[in-house]
Amino acid sequence: MTMNKHFFGDTATLLGRSLRHVLRSPDTIITTAVTPIAMLLLFVYVFGGAIDTGGVKYVNYLLPGILLLTIASGIAYTAYRLFTDVSGGIFERFQSMPIARSAVLWGHVLTSVIANLISLALVVIVAVAMGFRSGAGILAWLGVVAILVLFTLTLTWLAVIPGLTAKSADAVSGFSYPLIFLPFISSAFVPTSGMPGPVRWFAEHQPVTSIVDTLRNLYAEHPVGSDIWTALAWCVGLLVVAYAFAMNTYRRKIA
Amino acid sequence: MTTTHAIQVAGLTKSYGDHSVLRGVDFDVARGSIFALLGSNGAGKTTTIRILATLLKADAGTAAVDGLDVATQSAEVRESISLTGQFAAVDGILTGRENLVLVAKLRHLARPGHIADDLLARFSLTEAGSRRAATYSGGTRRRLDIAMSLIGDPPVIFLDEPSAGLDPQARIAVWQAVKELARGGTTVLLTTQYLEEAEQLADRIAILHEGRIIVNGTLGELKALMPPAEVEYVEKQPSLEQIFLAIVGHDTGVVGALPAAAGTDN
Repeated sequence: MTMNKHFFGDTATLLGRSLRHVLRSPDTIITTAVTPIAMLLLFVYVFGGAIDTGGVKYVNYLLPGILLLTIASGIAYTAYRLFTDVSGGIFERFQSMPIARSAVLWGHVLTSVIANLISLALVVIVAVAMGFRSGAGILAWLGVVAILVLFTLTLTWLAVIPGLTAKSADAVSGFSYPLIFLPFISSAFVPTSGMPGPVRWFAEHQPVTSIVDTLRNLYAEHPVGSDIWTALAWCVGLLVVAYAFAMNTYRRKIA
Repeated sequence: MTTTHAIQVAGLTKSYGDHSVLRGVDFDVARGSIFALLGSNGAGKTTTIRILATLLKADAGTAAVDGLDVATQSAEVRESISLTGQFAAVDGILTGRENLVLVAKLRHLARPGHIADDLLARFSLTEAGSRRAATYSGGTRRRLDIAMSLIGDPPVIFLDEPSAGLDPQARIAVWQAVKELARGGTTVLLTTQYLEEAEQLADRIAILHEGRIIVNGTLGELKALMPPAEVEYVEKQPSLEQIFLAIVGHDTGVVGALPAAAGTDN
């Protein structure tokens, strides 16, 4: 796909369109944040007392996993919005117009990043109300935001695939369930040290653990060690794979 | 009609697996004319339109729009065309006006708001323009859809089943819009399964059947294929459509298109 001279202008126009969609159904942002907030309440006030996190306040321990959960549920709406465009015919209208064709996807992808950042902010506000505190400086927080944006981009490009290919709206939302479960088998809710052998091995080697540990260390002002490189490698690696698959699906779609 | 064809299609084939949808489609459309592709469901009408609109690649054959090859010059073809799909492709969450502004911006035109207001007025949509398109009736939605296709004055417009699912009044309004387009010099290729629609609108009609054009000509030429007319005396009854329009038609704003009185012959 060659870079078209209208790429940035068309992307901005289509971003404006789909942000307007989000603005007109703010429930999508609320819904995205509700489940993670419920989890946060449940785990901090019900299960948290029984979980040994080695002296770290549980809400501080839990937050990174909850943030990833928020993103995993938020991208389902991206897939759904794209599916609606494809099944409703406006996707084809855009594709038959003299525009930079890939701007149609980028408009949705950037909307996903913005909508997820708003949902994430809501979750963080609730966490602060529940006693979450961090003395981390601006740089560490920028690092946190950068990793969250990267993770959002990765999952969003993944979400583009069912958005383009799904046959029904139910199938679209179904794809995100496995993603929502990944944080549970990681260091997000409980330390991995208490898990039985194979589960522990999986938990320690799947992407969520390294990302969660990095986020936790960043705002706890601890050295991030090699975790940050593992986390970045996972994010960038998966992003490249998801993007390649999404673009391949897209090219087959528009012939 | 030699070099001035707006659309030229030759030997177009397309199959999905074993199922062959187009088996060698040939036709030309003269500039500024209305050409109807008539056929039943599954005849290959939409497939043909999708190939011409650069949304689908043909397996073999050539197709050119405005002198540009749809396969090798697809980006240039998209500058010259506009597609109105079978299912009115409007954005239901945006208002009618916002839909028009969106398309004007994507066509990189100056003063998109001005263009939108102009079209709203032309298509009697000014009142509906500030409401979300999802609240529109089928006919209003289709009028907006066609208005969106006109932005940027593309020389060639594809209308895939423009009046499918519309009530008689809305259908007449759509027909008027299509006729106006052709009067303005736009080439219109439309598909339909309604014989009457082809008869009302088209300069030429091609019948697409099982992936091939089996007849192509003017309405007169098509009629000449039949045995000569015989004179029969039949009591003239108004059709239900004529009755319907005569009773409800006066508040539709399309009075001019109504038959003079129910019961008169066309």
